[in-house]
Amino acid sequence: MTAYADERTELARRAPYIKGRSLWIDARRRLFRNKAAVAGMTILGTIAAIAVAVPFFWPYTYDAINYGLVNCAPDWWPDTSVMCNAGGWHIFGMDSVGRDLFVRVLYGARVSLAIGLVATLVSLLIGVSYGAIAGFVGGRLDEVMMRFVDVLYSLPYLFLVIILMVVFNRNFFLLFVAIGAVEWLTMSRIVRGQTLSIKQKEFIEAARAAGVGTGTTIRRHIVPNVLGPVVVYVTLTIPTVILAESFLSFLGLGIQEPLTSWGVLISEGAAQMESAPWMLIFPAGFMAVTLFCFNFIGDGLRDALDPKDR
Amino acid sequence: MGQPILQVRNLNVRFKTPDGEVHAVKNLDLDIGEGECLGVVGESGSGKSQLFLAIAGLLASNGRATGSVKFRGREILNLRQSQLNQLRGSKITMIFQDPLTSLTPHMTIGSQIVESLRVHQRVPYVEARRRTIEILELVRIPEAAKRMNQYPHQLSGGMRQRVMIAMATACGPDLLIADEPTTALDVTVQAQILDIMRDLKKEIKTAIVMVSHDMGVIAGMADNVQVMREGRIVEAGTVDQIFYAPRHGYTKALLDAMPRIDRPIRAGHVALAPPSTIGAEQRLLDVEDLRVHFPIKIESFPFRRTKLVRAVDGVSFSLREGETLGIVGETGCGKSTLARAVLNLLPRTCGVVVWCGRNLTGIADPAMRKLRKEFQIVFQDPLASLDPRMTVGESISEPLRSLRPELNAEEVRGEVRAIMEKVGLDPAWINRYPHEFSGGQNQRVGIARAMIVRPKLIVCDEAVSALDVSIQSQIVDLILALQSEFRMSLLFISHDLSVVRQVAHRVMVLYMGRVVELADRHTIYEDPRHPYTRELIAAVPLPDPRAERAKPRVALSGDLPSPLDSRAQLSFLKSKMIDDPDAEQYRPQLIEVAPGHFVAEHDPVRTVIGEQEPRRRAATSRG
Repeated sequence: MTAYADERTELARRAPYIKGRSLWIDARRRLFRNKAAVAGMTILGTIAAIAVAVPFFWPYTYDAINYGLVNCAPDWWPDTSVMCNAGGWHIFGMDSVGRDLFVRVLYGARVSLAIGLVATLVSLLIGVSYGAIAGFVGGRLDEVMMRFVDVLYSLPYLFLVIILMVVFNRNFFLLFVAIGAVEWLTMSRIVRGQTLSIKQKEFIEAARAAGVGTGTTIRRHIVPNVLGPVVVYVTLTIPTVILAESFLSFLGLGIQEPLTSWGVLISEGAAQMESAPWMLIFPAGFMAVTLFCFNFIGDGLRDALDPKDR
Repeated sequence: MGQPILQVRNLNVRFKTPDGEVHAVKNLDLDIGEGECLGVVGESGSGKSQLFLAIAGLLASNGRATGSVKFRGREILNLRQSQLNQLRGSKITMIFQDPLTSLTPHMTIGSQIVESLRVHQRVPYVEARRRTIEILELVRIPEAAKRMNQYPHQLSGGMRQRVMIAMATACGPDLLIADEPTTALDVTVQAQILDIMRDLKKEIKTAIVMVSHDMGVIAGMADNVQVMREGRIVEAGTVDQIFYAPRHGYTKALLDAMPRIDRPIRAGHVALAPPSTIGAEQRLLDVEDLRVHFPIKIESFPFRRTKLVRAVDGVSFSLREGETLGIVGETGCGKSTLARAVLNLLPRTCGVVVWCGRNLTGIADPAMRKLRKEFQIVFQDPLASLDPRMTVGESISEPLRSLRPELNAEEVRGEVRAIMEKVGLDPAWINRYPHEFSGGQNQRVGIARAMIVRPKLIVCDEAVSALDVSIQSQIVDLILALQSEFRMSLLFISHDLSVVRQVAHRVMVLYMGRVVELADRHTIYEDPRHPYTRELIAAVPLPDPRAERAKPRVALSGDLPSPLDSRAQLSFLKSKMIDDPDAEQYRPQLIEVAPGHFVAEHDPVRTVIGEQEPRRRAATSRG
């Protein structure tokens, strides 16, 4: 609506010395007006803060075993038919070898969130540069690069990760990379598609007319402009990665004891589901809430970055 | 005029947007009489489209209309969907700007019209089909019975708009609302569509509302005119009152801003500087037999064939220092391709481009990049040609950063500030983003970006076509002022002949990738020799109702031929045509009929445009 644009430029004329409002600032304002997204960010931030800070002064450590309290329920557990109550600060009860479940859930949060972030970052770096180059250069290079992606797509990725884990041993860092290296495929397709449409825009032609080289054009014009959809996809990738890690851990291929992740905890909890349900409920609850939060944030970001689509 | 059929009282339209409420139409009153043709003029954002969308109940979901709209005495504003549907499409119909998006792509055009007849008038199928053919013939669709079975994408833009008009008039509406019906069309097609609408007005006595930003279109169609601005009607009156005795300042400004093909020199505007006489022999740019062909794959059984689209097919011209060459033509004539090929932004199939005595053919990339400093381009869409994530300062400085890397950040900033002032932008806005500016301001940014390296040649590719007339005239003034100050040469590409006449020293008319006529700016408008040039000039609507009424009927019918058809270039030289779309055809040669006036070979005018009285030329008076 141009009437509206005029109004804005009128405002611009009145206060000429303010710094311009970039599209990112606009998007941030819209994002913070979205209640679900703000709630998601708050809860997620709280979980992350607790996971990082609380274990430092929690009376128990994640690997200290108390044989007397194996499989004990928290004090407040309503079901009185449990074997024993843990007492003390064991607010989430004990696990099947007598470790404090609360601090283990927090450690699980650290690991799961870290994997989510790092693996997504890996997929972001590979995916964005790969997709942007394929899309922008186009032609034969694009064909070759995208067929390579198709080939990787057709490999069953779990086997890929499992083979990697078996060959290189179960290595914490490798897990990040392996999952990230699988998740970049979709990212590169998204980025390539976006790049193809941005490539048609006149400002790219303007850059060429201004003598800007290919590499600089990709860095200066393509990447910043594909970042919108990419950020949305990132928030949706993090949960996928967390789930993937859980799945691998569930299969016994993920994190090694005594370190833990939500996937490991859920796997152990599922085994004790009937006798000690808290072992499943707490990690599963935390994970579900986190995934919800990411999805809400992703939704909010999508609306904020592309208000026309609403 | 008796009882008005449509009575609008105190209409308000508001939109809720994530950035606050927008009041698009403010307390508006409007009457439309039986059989009246009302022209509604306004620039973009004046609320003219939203007004009629609100009346037809077609507002976007975040819009809300209040007030009263009475159609034949019955309140129709905010009526329920089901009740509105009985009116819409039969009693009140609409035609939109883009006929492709308003037709259902998967239904044949015939079945779409038949459907509307059957729904609204409940006539049996056979009867509906017969009537459909009649209506299609009424809007002069050739071979109507055959066309009925075609899908929208098989028709050209002009044909589609005819179908839209046919559909809109099928049920004999009382009110036809045409929202910018010809804006997306070429001038010659526009002239045909307007002609059809004028005929319909006479024949079926429907009240027509013509919404347009183009004063010329309104002048030729309307009985009464309403001028809208910022959601309000600022002036209303008969067409002659508005055009010959405007009272409101805005109407006057609008009329003054309108470029007129018959008045190239306008008081109060910057005049075109004469091309420099010093070094007039010094030719800046020499283009010889330039060709750009694109291979197009055509699916055909049993093998795929490749056909050549000859976007530019043997164009030669030269440009002197400080001179402006206008390149004019309709959609698909190759004018933008030509410009890009000259600037080495597109690969040339063959031909030679000589820049200041230096052949650009096969020039290495780094050398080319250095040369880019000397020619720049300004694009059509001001917003799309700026990176939305960069501040305007960054956009303007981009050519400097890559073409003059020796400058440091402070010097670059200084240059940007200086050029911003030159193009009429406040240097304090250097950190603003394109979306914070209006279209005109963004186009100034685009011009600043092109000017900052002080090029010797600027290509303006439809640089003012997307702008409102008042902004357009400001930008034209700016370009002319900059040219007289910096003495750069211009290649001014436009489909708008009136603008070209104001800015160009010489004008080149392109048709299907070839030059049909090249002459200086007054000769080509006052003494056009080629039939296509004549058609083009005659088709331009004048913002002058009397001249429009006196204008003869359109002679050319139908659409531009497909560029895939090798016969296309010979539309005006049928005597040499080989009747096979794939044959290698004769190419009409340019003949110098007077010094500096070149005309492509063509058949005698009479046989080309049919037997009729000699045509009055639209551009005979020099303002």
